[in-house]
Amino acid sequence: MRVLLSWLREYVETDLGADQIAETLTQLGLTVESCTQIGEPVPGVIAARVLRTERHPDAERVHRVYVDLGDGLERHIWCGAFNMSPGDLVPLATIGTTMPDGRRIERRGILGIDSDGMLCSAAELGIGEDSSGIMLLPGDATPGAAYHEILGIERDFVLDLDLTRNRPDGWGYLGIARDLAASLRTPLRMPRVGNLRSGEHWPVSVEIVDGSRCGRFGAAVLSGVRVGPSAQWMARRLGAAGMRSINNVVDVSNYVMLELNRPNHAYDLDRLGGGGFRVRTATPGESMVTLDGEQRELHCDDLLICDATDTPIGIAGIMGGLDSEIGEQTTTVALEMAWFEPSGIMASVTRLGLRSEASARNERGIDPYGIGFAIERFVTLLSETCPDLVWHQPISEVRCASLPSRHRETVVRVSEVNRVLGTDLDQAQVSALLEPIGFVVERVGDEVCSVGLPSWRPDCGSEIDVVEEIARHHGYARLGRAVPSSPTIGGLTPVQRRRRLVREVMVGLGISEAMPNPFLAPDTARRAGLDTAVVTITNPLVAEESVLRPSLRPGLLGAVSYNASHRIRGIRLFEIGHVYPPAIGELPGEYEALAVVLAGCGAVDAVEVWRELAAALGIGARLDQSVVPSGLHPTRSATLIAGRDTIGAVGEVDPEVLEAFEIDQRVAVLEIDLDVVLRAPSRPAAMKPVRRSPSSDLDLAFVLSESVPAERLTKAIRQGAGNLLADLDLFDVYRGDGLAPDTRSLAYRLRLQAPDRTLTEADIAAVRAACEQAAHKVGGVLRG
Amino acid sequence: MVFLEAIGWRPNLTISVIADIHTTRDDALASINASSTLEDLRAVESAVFGKRGRFAALKTSLKSLTTVDDRREAGQELNAATDLARTALEDRRRQLAAERRSDALHAERLDLTEALGRPGRGHSHVVTQAWQDLEDLFIAMGYRVVEGPEVETDWYNFEALNMGPGHPARGEFDTLFTDHVAPGGSPGHTLLRTHTSPVQIRAMQQMEPPIYVVAPGRVFRRDTPDATHMPVFHQIEGLVIDKGITMAHLAGTIDAFTRAFFGEDVASRLRPSYFPFTEPSAEFDIQRPSGEWLELGGCGMVHPSVLRAGGIDPEEWTGFAFGFGIDRMAVMRHRITDLREMYTNDLRFIEQF
Repeated sequence: MRVLLSWLREYVETDLGADQIAETLTQLGLTVESCTQIGEPVPGVIAARVLRTERHPDAERVHRVYVDLGDGLERHIWCGAFNMSPGDLVPLATIGTTMPDGRRIERRGILGIDSDGMLCSAAELGIGEDSSGIMLLPGDATPGAAYHEILGIERDFVLDLDLTRNRPDGWGYLGIARDLAASLRTPLRMPRVGNLRSGEHWPVSVEIVDGSRCGRFGAAVLSGVRVGPSAQWMARRLGAAGMRSINNVVDVSNYVMLELNRPNHAYDLDRLGGGGFRVRTATPGESMVTLDGEQRELHCDDLLICDATDTPIGIAGIMGGLDSEIGEQTTTVALEMAWFEPSGIMASVTRLGLRSEASARNERGIDPYGIGFAIERFVTLLSETCPDLVWHQPISEVRCASLPSRHRETVVRVSEVNRVLGTDLDQAQVSALLEPIGFVVERVGDEVCSVGLPSWRPDCGSEIDVVEEIARHHGYARLGRAVPSSPTIGGLTPVQRRRRLVREVMVGLGISEAMPNPFLAPDTARRAGLDTAVVTITNPLVAEESVLRPSLRPGLLGAVSYNASHRIRGIRLFEIGHVYPPAIGELPGEYEALAVVLAGCGAVDAVEVWRELAAALGIGARLDQSVVPSGLHPTRSATLIAGRDTIGAVGEVDPEVLEAFEIDQRVAVLEIDLDVVLRAPSRPAAMKPVRRSPSSDLDLAFVLSESVPAERLTKAIRQGAGNLLADLDLFDVYRGDGLAPDTRSLAYRLRLQAPDRTLTEADIAAVRAACEQAAHKVGGVLRG
Repeated sequence: MVFLEAIGWRPNLTISVIADIHTTRDDALASINASSTLEDLRAVESAVFGKRGRFAALKTSLKSLTTVDDRREAGQELNAATDLARTALEDRRRQLAAERRSDALHAERLDLTEALGRPGRGHSHVVTQAWQDLEDLFIAMGYRVVEGPEVETDWYNFEALNMGPGHPARGEFDTLFTDHVAPGGSPGHTLLRTHTSPVQIRAMQQMEPPIYVVAPGRVFRRDTPDATHMPVFHQIEGLVIDKGITMAHLAGTIDAFTRAFFGEDVASRLRPSYFPFTEPSAEFDIQRPSGEWLELGGCGMVHPSVLRAGGIDPEEWTGFAFGFGIDRMAVMRHRITDLREMYTNDLRFIEQF
């Protein structure tokens, strides 16, 4: 809502400046987004009478204009616009003038001929959009006079208000003024009405077919209308508020809408079929042309204003029709003032994609009452340009059950006010805060009031709504400040602590955190080799972001691809985030996952990351290479299985997938289901005594078939070595000469140590024998 | 003899032993000083002080002296000579050791500014850092951290928050809907949560008051990305429900946490606003030292209908809630000029923080 400050001041008398008023409104919840100064006169610009114009043979795009500034001297100006004729009065920026855009006018001319200044367009003076030609001033003004005195330009401010849903009354000047006046403890000055000429009753027929959509519809007949231009002050105000001046009738209609938040519509009664109104919803397939010239296809829930012959003449509360528009020949007006059920208007606005100043107000909820005053104000304003205007009272009106009650009230306990706000207000103070904004407070018991709610505040209905009004006018800044002391001990849950541990491990391993978009293009999951079903967004912003990711992998591969294309080396990324595979239930099968990608690394590097993470979390899992998740390298990946649960996967990305993501290096990958892993019960690690007795190293190499995972041999050796084993390292894997096909040699170094004594030769020989035996059981043959 | 001794005469033998001592001493000093390496010096040491060395030989020769006095005198002379040579040897050894250390150190000199590489520390995301800092701050104030799903039901995201079907405020959220349909439910009721506020309801259902919680999380809007908007971003929601909680507690809490996060010289204020799930509602702003006010988030007293939706009696308990963007906190803290940069996943960006 654009608010012209001088207009607002008409209702509130105050010495406060623009910035202070803006701040006061903001503190009331009528947030002022910006406060712009307009109409600042440009000193040095005066009216000049055009004497004659002349072309110069060497100048194609400019001509020479000779002017008189009232002193009888002829001055010469170069000018690039040709819209003036001798006798016109035009604004001249004299030498030394600084224009609003910062330009300084100098004598410098063209072709060696000086210019005595510059003739200005409206845009150059900052008083309009028009830059097509030089502005023409009223011809009866005096040459040499300041242009702003001729035009009546005054310095003013436009406040741009960002109104919240609970303040429909803020869509009118009076609503804003009411809050401001109450806050400044100054009386609200109501708009002037009076000098009305009444004529005899001139009934028009009104029929409301859909009473649930239209609570009341009133029509006032005004005769003696003479359509013409508006008074300059009104045109200027409407212009500053962002509305074009059309003619006196339309302008008054708009003025009353802005002033009283009362959308209304003036119809030419002579062109109104049957001389009356019918309010009904559209019939299937019906359409009409609205004021903006657009053909509108209507829906059977769109509410129409029709004439008495049932011809649509407007979409109720949104926009009038083209055919019943006020024209120059209009002499009798039927003025519509109505109240429509707001949600119905909102639905039509959305459906039709048609918004107007009227619909913005109607869909938020205007005052269902006060129509009589609005008509009086309309007549008062129109009388200024139509001296013969006659109002044929009373208005013709129909009301329906959907009309909100005039007397709405709610019980407000002063104790509740203080309980919520932390204040110590008494009933008198509560009344003093509420009465100036139209709430009627009546004592009904000890510290209990019945509060009558103003009809222009449909948002207010309950006790807490009134509490908010009290808080606003008491002032949020005066509510005091205290930090409540929490009786609970703050902290993270075990899951949250372990999630942070996962991040610490990743960061410690030199892996950085990425946050890819959780929305994928429809084919991205497939490109990533994922064969899972997906949840889809039904109203995506763009099709490329219409699928909820079933896995973190595609996002991270995209990040690898992006970084690699920027020639970044050593790309190591992880993400902890939610994935959303489909599931049967209240919600999709959303869970939290970890994924790690290591570009230029092999599966073994990913296994090492897994081992580090598993050790930190105190968990373990079996690597099952017989089951490889889709999209991963078929011979270099494994599923991680803990007990019966699949908790993730480790390995490398399938080369085909890498190709699809335009990645030309290996990418090692680790994926963990954090919902399972973080929720696993974890106990603080129990200390194992450090062995400090002398240790011995024993190297053992085994030949093992490729078909048996090394993990099984490792496990066998651990068991064989028993409790003398302090550390085990697989330090060499050899394939090639001297070995049978499809076998390899695995060389282990065992560090052996007894808790309390030095090992003997016999101890070591026993371990060796036990390991040999254990290895044999899984197919491992001791070498040498 | 007695006479001769009385006039100072000494037998030749004594004089010759003492002369030997002096010669040996002088020879030893000369060879010690002539040693140019620790190894040479060790050879000298063994030749002079060793078991078969010259001082040992002299010591043996003392036995040939006849009188106790002669032996004492020559013995004293020998001790003095040995001490002198020993001191000289140790001095020389120290000197040579120092030279050797100096040579060795010099030989392995490094120019430390030749190094440009760095060990690769990983970096948590700049949003995560702000997220965890905010969590820690509220934990210190006695809050617990609660979470909820990112794909939500219409009921939790809107209805329980006092936005029933058709509520006009729903339209302002630019909600993204999914094709998921709950068994027995109808389509269009599963959505990507537009705010972290549904976690308020879940917390109320799962916990008994008093409740002091924050709910950080990812939220979604149908918004075209630009420098200040992303369709996917992060919020943190605070909820306090206790007996005797007032709006002054809300203002005090906002003030306490903004000072803790932005610094003690930052002022805060509440300004009336509107949210369907709080009443009275407010926006909260902070004032930079420059005097400029900056809008941070929304807050208010939990609406009685919301308390009831969470199963809490509004006549017994009151509460406040607040919410704001984590991304914006990171942006402000690190002077990030474009929100989108945080989601390019460019390592050259990630590694700055």
